[in-house]
Amino acid sequence: MDGADIEEKGHNPLCGDTITIYLKTDGDVIKDASFTGQGCAISQASTSMLMDLIRGKKLDEAKKLIQEFTDMLYKKDVDLDDLGDAQALAGVSDFPARVKCALLPWKTLEEAVEEKQEERNKEDEK
Amino acid sequence: MERTIDVKSIRDDFPILKARPYGRDLIYFDNAATTQKPYGVIKAIEDYYTGMNANVYRSAHYLSGVATNAYEEARNKVKKFINAGSEESIIFTRNTTESINLVAYTWAMENIGEGDEMILTVAEHHSNMLPWQMIAGRRGAKLRYVYLDKDGRLDMQSYRDMLSSRVKLVAVQQVSNVLGIINPVREMTEEAHKAGAKVLIDGAQSVPHMKVDVRDIGCDFFAFSGHKMMGPMGIGVLYINKDILDQVPAFMRGGEMIDEVYEDRATFADPPLKFEAGTPNVEGAVGLSAAVDYLENIGMNEIHGVEADLTQYALEKLKTIDFVKIYGPLDMKDRMGVISFNVADVHPHDVATILDQDGVAIRSGHHCAQPLMRYLNVPATCRASFYVYNTREEIDAFIESLKGVRKWFKRN
Repeated sequence: MDGADIEEKGHNPLCGDTITIYLKTDGDVIKDASFTGQGCAISQASTSMLMDLIRGKKLDEAKKLIQEFTDMLYKKDVDLDDLGDAQALAGVSDFPARVKCALLPWKTLEEAVEEKQEERNKEDEK
Repeated sequence: MERTIDVKSIRDDFPILKARPYGRDLIYFDNAATTQKPYGVIKAIEDYYTGMNANVYRSAHYLSGVATNAYEEARNKVKKFINAGSEESIIFTRNTTESINLVAYTWAMENIGEGDEMILTVAEHHSNMLPWQMIAGRRGAKLRYVYLDKDGRLDMQSYRDMLSSRVKLVAVQQVSNVLGIINPVREMTEEAHKAGAKVLIDGAQSVPHMKVDVRDIGCDFFAFSGHKMMGPMGIGVLYINKDILDQVPAFMRGGEMIDEVYEDRATFADPPLKFEAGTPNVEGAVGLSAAVDYLENIGMNEIHGVEADLTQYALEKLKTIDFVKIYGPLDMKDRMGVISFNVADVHPHDVATILDQDGVAIRSGHHCAQPLMRYLNVPATCRASFYVYNTREEIDAFIESLKGVRKWFKRN
């Protein structure tokens, strides 16, 4: 993907899965998203669904979705419809050892979003 | 080799083998990570806390004497088990990792310097790699690696070529936790000593499975863990050869390891207590002692024989599955019961989860050997590892489960 302004690496040191998420933003809107990396079926599927979900979303909306997805994997009550295709991963909550695989891209995105928001806040202060 | 021992009665000694994951029989093939514990070990820990517990070496009362005797008896038993020759040489630690770090932070910090070299193998566990990276960084020394030949065994010629008067330490595992290879540590030690280097052997994967004689190997340091040999977690051993014992400075400082303490200075106790600061893991030592009893009652050569049979059987079966790739030697020469493999087009974590649904516990990941994974050019592998309580029937069930893995991914 050309013109990405955010690049965030995620790594699961226990199992060796790695991903890099690329975001193209305009103000606080995520215009486009893509990823590279290697990992198991769960982490790869989760990353792919996440990318589809966040295109066109605002940074705050993305953060809310990350929280909802995380809650879903810990079997808390959430509105699954918000999560689109990613709700298909609800079943991973029955495999506690694999929850970290599904969460890897979401946690990585969360860091990227927070860094971007901090950056924007600093710019606003100037 | 014919099985000469009664596996049924051995299995009955391990209460956890009756666990029923998801309603299926448990098939525990993650023994290289940790092993299960027989009643004898569990009972020894219970007996310690119900009849012996007190702090060791410190108090004049009855229980302190009982606890001290139990702890020293455990040391004596471990000494005989690996033929260490002297109790002074047996230091209780938490595990192999701590044993190796002890050597790094004490002997190596004083004896390895600028321009010196240390030889490791690419297959070392992180615990026998990171301490030496630390020494290399702090002391300006250099790490050199021995790689593998085409059969997945150490390239001994390159090892010999590397040895020189610059080499101060050779640190090598006796058995690989990924490839299952048995390294020729006796020969390697002899050649290292000729070059003037000291030798540390990581015995974490060897001591539980074969007869080990540290004085026959001739090494200077030898490290292993209790929990991989049916003992409890949190107890490990460092053997230091008597000839080098007085060149090893104290490690952690505090209680138990002292002789006389003044406001500004202290003198230390003699080994092994010099290296065992603070209240030790007495329950762990007592549990480890019971594990040694259990292993010796079966016999280390018998255990090795049973595992060789299981490994050969599993390798033969795995070789017939065309979508399975095995890492490490395919024949049984100098090989132990650890088999790393991958299923074509399916990630190891997914293989492990699918097998788990059938009650089969294997390990997936990098096995604390990331440089080896990179060298093999794989992100991770699956690993099945056996112990004396495993059976051919369990291997049959594992193979059946493995055959079903690709169906989940609609790959045929």
